[in-house]
Amino acid sequence: MTLIGEILISVLLLAAGFFGLVGSFGLIKLDQPMTRLHAPTKATTLGVGSVLIASMLYFLFFTDGITFHELMITLFLFLTAPVVAHFIAKAHLHRNWKPEELPQPEGDSTWGVYATDESETPDTPVKPQE
Amino acid sequence: MLRKFLPHPWMTVVVTAVWVMLVNVVTLNAIVFGLILGIIIPIITTAYWPERPTLRNPRMIIEYMLVVLLDIVRANIQVALIILGKRNADMKPCWVTVPLELRTPEAITILAGTITMTPGTVSSDLSADGHSLLVHCLDAPDPDAVVAEIKHRYERRLKEIFE
Repeated sequence: MTLIGEILISVLLLAAGFFGLVGSFGLIKLDQPMTRLHAPTKATTLGVGSVLIASMLYFLFFTDGITFHELMITLFLFLTAPVVAHFIAKAHLHRNWKPEELPQPEGDSTWGVYATDESETPDTPVKPQE
Repeated sequence: MLRKFLPHPWMTVVVTAVWVMLVNVVTLNAIVFGLILGIIIPIITTAYWPERPTLRNPRMIIEYMLVVLLDIVRANIQVALIILGKRNADMKPCWVTVPLELRTPEAITILAGTITMTPGTVSSDLSADGHSLLVHCLDAPDPDAVVAEIKHRYERRLKEIFE
């Protein structure tokens, strides 16, 4: 039983190291700011995820209790990573792209970054059904 | 009355669960304190979040989470292969517009987050009227297929959950 646990944990840690390394390497290798954004938002998720699963398995196999902290880290990571990526993309669009270079949205709207008119804010959300 | 006391019942459940997991022991003590937080926090923050999102199909949430988790693993392997195996000149990065059928802000937020976490796509902007999403693809020889996949795999399920 201990052996199986050790093997599982080692494999997960190796996978984590591999994906973390690839994600960081992607930052150097890719050549445009937008493509560069892809490497850390994804390759690292599985990297960190594997470390967390390995940690949970360790506590499950080698101590007498399970921990939930890893699930919390996963939750916070999943909440923050897309938001940060979205902000970086928006800042980049704002500084380096013109509206003509992007595909147009449906209808006669513009993308949020280029909207200047106050009245052009999103529709009020649908009313909750009682 | 109940609406005033529990403006967001699901948030109460989530805050309680998060508190118990942060404390890391399942005792009555932790659950009661979590419940207190879970009741107070939604009441305090209700001004920022006046409308209660409807959850029509909670069972679908589990299916959605499984699909997304599977896709995240797939996404990581795909992106790793692209990073390691393709020369920069061979890649075809592109922008695509995803027309949205979803209208609730919560559903759009989850869709945008999911797009960022899954195969080779990052959601970059929302149109000013909130009806389309600008998505950047790392390597998409066929942009229409990407849009179709997003709409079929994620938006359809989210629509069932929220609207």
